[in-house]
Amino acid sequence: MGAFEPVIGLEVHIHLSTESKIFCGCSTRFGAPANTQVCPVCLGLPGSLPVLNRRAVTFAARLALATHSVIRPVSTFARKNYFYPDLPKGYQISQFEEPFCEKGYLDIKLKNGAKKRVRIHRIHLEEDAGKSMHAESYVSGDETLVDINRCGVPLLEIVSEPDLSSAEEAYAYLAQIRQIVRYLDICDGNMEEGSLRCDANISVRPVGSTALGIKTEVKNMNSFQNVQDAIDFEIRRQLRLTEQGQAVEQITLLWDAHRGVAEPMRSKEYSHDYRYFPEPDLPPIQISEAWIAEIAREMPEMADEKTRRYVEEYQLPLYDAQVLTEDREIAVYFEETIRTAKDKKLASNWIMGEVMRALKEKKGRLADLPVTPDRLGELLNLISQNVLNQTTAKKVFDRMLKTGIAAGQIMKEQGLEQISDQSELESLVQAVLAERPKEVAAFHQGNTKVFGFLVGEVMKASSGKANPKITQEALRRLLQARQPD
Amino acid sequence: MENRNSMFSSLRSQLAKQETSCLQITRGCLDKIDKGAPMNAFIAVQAERALRQAQQVDEKIRRNKAGRLAGMVVAIKDNLAVSGESTTCGSKMLKNFVPPYQATVIDRLLAEDAVLIGKTNMDEYAMGSSTENSAFGPVRNPHDLTRVAGGSSGGSAAAVAAGMCTAALGSDTGGSIRQPAAFCGVVGLKPTYGRVSRYGLIAYASSLDQIGPFGRDVYDCALLLEVIAGKDPRDATSSDTAVPPFHTAVGQPVKGLRIGIPREYAGDGLQPEIEQALRRAAERLADSGAEVCSVSLPHSEYAIAAYYVIATAEASSNLARYDGAHYGFAANQRSDLEEMYVHTRTQGFGSEVKRRIMLGTYVLSSGYYDAYYRKALQARTVIKSDFITALDQVDCLLTPTTPTTAFKLGEKIDDPLTMYLSDIFTVSVNLAGLPAISFPFGRDENNLPIGLQMIGRPFDESTILRTAGLLSEL
Repeated sequence: MGAFEPVIGLEVHIHLSTESKIFCGCSTRFGAPANTQVCPVCLGLPGSLPVLNRRAVTFAARLALATHSVIRPVSTFARKNYFYPDLPKGYQISQFEEPFCEKGYLDIKLKNGAKKRVRIHRIHLEEDAGKSMHAESYVSGDETLVDINRCGVPLLEIVSEPDLSSAEEAYAYLAQIRQIVRYLDICDGNMEEGSLRCDANISVRPVGSTALGIKTEVKNMNSFQNVQDAIDFEIRRQLRLTEQGQAVEQITLLWDAHRGVAEPMRSKEYSHDYRYFPEPDLPPIQISEAWIAEIAREMPEMADEKTRRYVEEYQLPLYDAQVLTEDREIAVYFEETIRTAKDKKLASNWIMGEVMRALKEKKGRLADLPVTPDRLGELLNLISQNVLNQTTAKKVFDRMLKTGIAAGQIMKEQGLEQISDQSELESLVQAVLAERPKEVAAFHQGNTKVFGFLVGEVMKASSGKANPKITQEALRRLLQARQPD
Repeated sequence: MENRNSMFSSLRSQLAKQETSCLQITRGCLDKIDKGAPMNAFIAVQAERALRQAQQVDEKIRRNKAGRLAGMVVAIKDNLAVSGESTTCGSKMLKNFVPPYQATVIDRLLAEDAVLIGKTNMDEYAMGSSTENSAFGPVRNPHDLTRVAGGSSGGSAAAVAAGMCTAALGSDTGGSIRQPAAFCGVVGLKPTYGRVSRYGLIAYASSLDQIGPFGRDVYDCALLLEVIAGKDPRDATSSDTAVPPFHTAVGQPVKGLRIGIPREYAGDGLQPEIEQALRRAAERLADSGAEVCSVSLPHSEYAIAAYYVIATAEASSNLARYDGAHYGFAANQRSDLEEMYVHTRTQGFGSEVKRRIMLGTYVLSSGYYDAYYRKALQARTVIKSDFITALDQVDCLLTPTTPTTAFKLGEKIDDPLTMYLSDIFTVSVNLAGLPAISFPFGRDENNLPIGLQMIGRPFDESTILRTAGLLSEL
């Protein structure tokens, strides 16, 4: 038997970060008390009617443009019918025969540095369902509680072609989508809160074949790690079956992250006939060339464009530019910092170093960091102006992280200003030289190594506040002055 | 200004002169409702609220601040949401359902000082042609209590015919305003699809449903339409086409209008007196200077089939929400999810509703969609284009509203197909989204009212109001 290769397609759902729901005015805010963000429309009360949120269409168009997809001038909504208590109308308003856009692609970056083009089959708009609670501690044994808050939150479903061939590629594709939607400012990309969700269709086929094997669908992957683990698990399972000469069954599996296994769902739970038909309560979405052009004009600068600009405009090394633009929040933080900070490379170094370290330690979000970009900029300018040296600046930065107060104030409180005053430094140097006649003599006999030792002594005497550059100049000058004739 | 074609118009003069009062009119209606109890036209009568409202309207009349409908007592079909009042849709499923929101048409009626007297009986979820499918018992025809009032808006039609209200609102998906109007000898108007907001109308078939007025005369219907019509931001399918002063169309001469009579709407099954009435109406129009000619709607025979595929498909989805989990009736047997669904829906829905849900589920099912639903949509397209072609040649179409006058209670209830055929002249209008009005035009040999129908171009309700205004007579 020859070798087999996996074939993977992803269905990614993203929550659009519109203020209100897709078909009513209710808030989309995450984490509100259950059933407090509801109205007759999203509760599906009889006689209520959906009205499309135009902002959701604008967001869909942004993603369409960023994925090079073809936007339909007219696309239609359809009803997907199934019974479930967290679906109060008994149908989900989605798109079926005429999706918002089709035939796009994304270029993903693989670990070995190579690029791969993944085709996007279609992207469509739909509403989210509510949430059912079965197993939570506050739900009694035979009960299910339903929260309708999430019902009607706008979603985009992004369906890829089966162009991915490993868990690593799937991960890279998903990361690329997350980066794009964050750059477009249409979704926060948070998998843990469910604003980015992903199902995988997986099959295997003999290497060289173009036909597709029987696929399975894997659901319930709630983190990037889950996605990689679950896909790896399912590929191994299918390869094992195939190698044993057994057929893969077309089933849906649920990933159990705790046990690290994907378990088949009962067929009753997924073998729906959704009976799609055109949604009669909503006119088609009509999107004109002019509207698309307007959205295109307002498109934010994407990661690749930023990288190029950082290199060309700010003369940053390519490596710096790539690290800074990986996450839009970081890029924005950098751009805001250099509005104050004069030295762009210094800003880059500090953000890649101290700021990212602080984020990792705090496990927090950049937006919550007590050091705002303009405060960081002030600190960096103090370094550029030789008011602070790197070591002291790091101490000040740590203090800023804890208190959120400005660098200048911390320095005053702690007396941390760098000593750059010529005469003050000279008297410090004179004092050290007077205490170290042996080292001074050694220097004059040609032992230049003691110079570093003497600098260190001056620093010590100044509690680290001496400006190193001016100190060195003063030391050299005063040593020369003591040179025996 | 008083319109000589309008009882309401003369009533307004009396109100202005304080010869009568809104309170007096409302009391008169309540009295008729009491006396007409055997007709079973109402599911709920809001006597106290109506009287209180009438007093407020009288106060406004005295201060000369009354709205356009002051003095009009209006009954509301019970599939329209009135905030804080039970809205049953004629079903056990919603027997105790009290909406916390209100239909746009109700807001608009109240803004013009109409008095709301109560909620009228109807076929469950507006599915039926005789109001025998109501969970609250059938409605009887005021002209003959052994006969049906038609349906599904049978309660609204009977209430207007029996003087229990000045006018009423109903909904029309395949003839549910026009057919009962014809059976009860009143005027009933189905507006152009999109003319009136559907917000707050409990959906049967969303692409066909339209709210419309019943009145004793054409003028009342025109005035009511004028008030309830117009774009509503809460209904995306409502149109922003300008709303003209429809009441001024009533009484306008018909001279010079071209009126077509579809060839396909005569023939087998048409009661002879109705055919005679149609001829008589044509002569009257010609005498008044209109030009009457014959036109063709070649695909008419597909209308009933297309209608019952499209309407039931949408209904199967619209009625999925009644699952016992959120509101309305819920069966006691609920040891698991499926049991809850099955028992709730088995016990909560009547047999006609269940029949249509099953039909609709079937035609949308994988493997059958193309053969039924898609085919029906194609039929709908050709039926619509038949009308557009015909209405290019003429200003409006004159047809019978129903093939027969009101039939006996129980006569067709066990034969759904025959029942469906009583809508044969009305359903295609809904498929095409056109406006149509049914008006009384004489009686048959049993002294039962005959209804004729005038069909107009999209958003041209004015022309059908004008021609119906000339002909309408009981």
